[in-house]
This record gives sequence, C-alpha cells and structure tokens, in this order.
Amino acid sequence: MTLFPYLVAGWILLAGIYGVVRSRHLVHTVVCVSIAQSSTYVLLLAIGYQRHATAPIFGPANPPDSPVVDPVVQAMTLTDIVVSATVTALLLALVILVAKRHGTVVPDRLHALRG
Amino acid sequence: MSRRTRMVVFVLGAAGVAVLFVLAVLRTPGFGEDRHPYRDAAIDAALRQRTPNVVSSLNFDQRGFDSVGEEAILVAAVIGAATLLRRWSDPAEADEPRPVPAVTRLAGYVLLPVTLLIGADVVVHGHLTPGGGFQGGVVLATGLHLLYIAGDYRALVRARPLDWYEFGEAAGLGAVVLLGVASVLRGAGFLANILPLGTSGQLLSAGVVPLFSCAIGLAVSCGVVVLLAQFLAQYLPTKGDSA
Repeated sequence: MTLFPYLVAGWILLAGIYGVVRSRHLVHTVVCVSIAQSSTYVLLLAIGYQRHATAPIFGPANPPDSPVVDPVVQAMTLTDIVVSATVTALLLALVILVAKRHGTVVPDRLHALRG
Repeated sequence: MSRRTRMVVFVLGAAGVAVLFVLAVLRTPGFGEDRHPYRDAAIDAALRQRTPNVVSSLNFDQRGFDSVGEEAILVAAVIGAATLLRRWSDPAEADEPRPVPAVTRLAGYVLLPVTLLIGADVVVHGHLTPGGGFQGGVVLATGLHLLYIAGDYRALVRARPLDWYEFGEAAGLGAVVLLGVASVLRGAGFLANILPLGTSGQLLSAGVVPLFSCAIGLAVSCGVVVLLAQFLAQYLPTKGDSA
C-alpha cells in the first residue's frame, strides 16, 4: 500500500477546502485553511521518506554513510510551517477587524461592501 | 452564491483535483524507496561544509536566500498584524489579575528559565543537533509567555518592552542581509558560506551557519512576541502597554 501516505495528503487537502466551503464562522474558516495547507507537510515528508532510515543529522550515533531520509523536503516543510503560522496570524487579525467593523463573523452575512 | 450551488461547485472541483492528484501520485517514485537524488546531493554539500545537521545546512547555507524570503514573510506578517490591530487596542484601565492556583504559578516560574535555556540551546546548536533559528525562536517566544500562564499579565508586560522586541526583529533580518552583503563583498555569491569551516561537531564550525541561525532565532523570537502581544492586547488591555 505505497499510495496510502499520498492519499492521506490529498484527503487532508480536500477536507480542509470542504471545511472552508461549509464554514459558518470566520475563525473556523481560518483553521480550515491551515488544515488544507498542512496537507503539504504530509505530502513533502512522504516524498522524502525512506524505510529503515534515520533523521538527516549526523553524529557519533549516526555516521555520514548511514541511510537517512531526504533533508530537502524537511527544510521545505519547515519553511511551510513558518509561513503557515504567520499567515494564520495575519488572517486571524483580519477576522478581529471584520468582527469589529461588521459586527458579524458569519461569512454568508458579509455581503455588503462598507467603506 | 447559495450554499447548495457552492457545494456543487466544490464537489465538481474536488473530484477534478482528486482525479488529477491520484494520476500524479501514480507516477511518483514508490513510497519509502532508496532513490533520493536531491538528498544525496544535499548531504554531500552539507558534509563538505562540515554541518552535521543537513536540514540546517540547507536552510542557512545551501538555500540561504530562501530563508531570507521566509524571514521577510514572517516580518511582513508581524508588521501587518500589528498594523491591523494597533488602532483597535485602546488603552483601558488595568484588570485585576485573577487568582491562579499556586501550583500553576510555581510551574510557570520554574519552567520559565528552563524553557528559555532550551530555546537558546536549540538556536545556538542549530548546525549540530536538531533545531535551528526558526524552532528555537518559537521556543524562546513561547517560553516568555509562561509568565502569562503563571497568571501574571503585568509581569509579562514588564518583561516585554515591545519597542525592544520590534527592534530585535528588525535587527535579526538586518543581520541576515548584512551576512549576504558581506559574502558578496568577499566575491562569493549572496549568502555564500565565507567563514572558516572549522572542525565538524564543534560549536564554532560550519562557517556562517550558526550566525545565520542566531540571527533568524532573534528575528523569530522577537517577531512571535510582538505578534502574540497584539492578540493579547485585544482581550487584556493594560495601562503602560504601548501596543
């Protein structure tokens, strides 16, 4: 079942987007966006995984010729997590602003544009 | 768009994405196999630069320019959140601190120095052991907020002169840019590893990697503190807190 980890990543992506579509609260929307984004962590780490390999950090217990998993995708996942956290913070700040300006956090009630 | 139409659009789109995703995945190399050409190239480069933590070597040496962009995104998001929330956090009178169980207070104050020490360790040894500037910076920033968990928001505000943290955030980003400019002036590429590499496994080794890691750690820890301060100020307005 070597497809399974990739399918999990795809499922998390679609579950996150489904949550955004069904959302009735802006904070819920933001959480769903970050769930959808976290699918990329699973996808990246699944691509870099190797059976019976260890972390790509060498030392006395892990000499440089021992099998390790792919560090390139791990570094990309780290980038992804940092960006996701900051973007989530920015979105939550926008939610606070919407709540104060429009008095509602239900996406469906945010129809009118107000200057 | 009504909810029903929206669901129909979603189902159609999701079905398309699912089909394309499975088709793409079917043609990827098998899961858990031995063939990782980028890994082999990255490990060769990391060992050449005497950086045992290959992930840190990637972040702070091999693709350092990427980390500058990443740090710029972080700084931009912090500035954005601070700008958006600043005008709404009107200074009100200080709340009386609510009583917190003595055990929680004690745990908070005992864990505070331990967590800060671990955070600093994770930042400084980023080129040798798991960690680096990004992870250690978050540990440092959350460690400081143990003061808030211990129930003393005023102590947190006193330990957190926000101007200094904003300065630290900018200094972290500036230090990275200076590292890049220095390597350009030395005739190497932007953010190339220009310092002596030393002996692998020593604290002062791997050239520019520990410096880069510390600069990122400074920027991330200060940035997260500034960011969390904006959100805390939304609900806990206190006199003397400029944010």
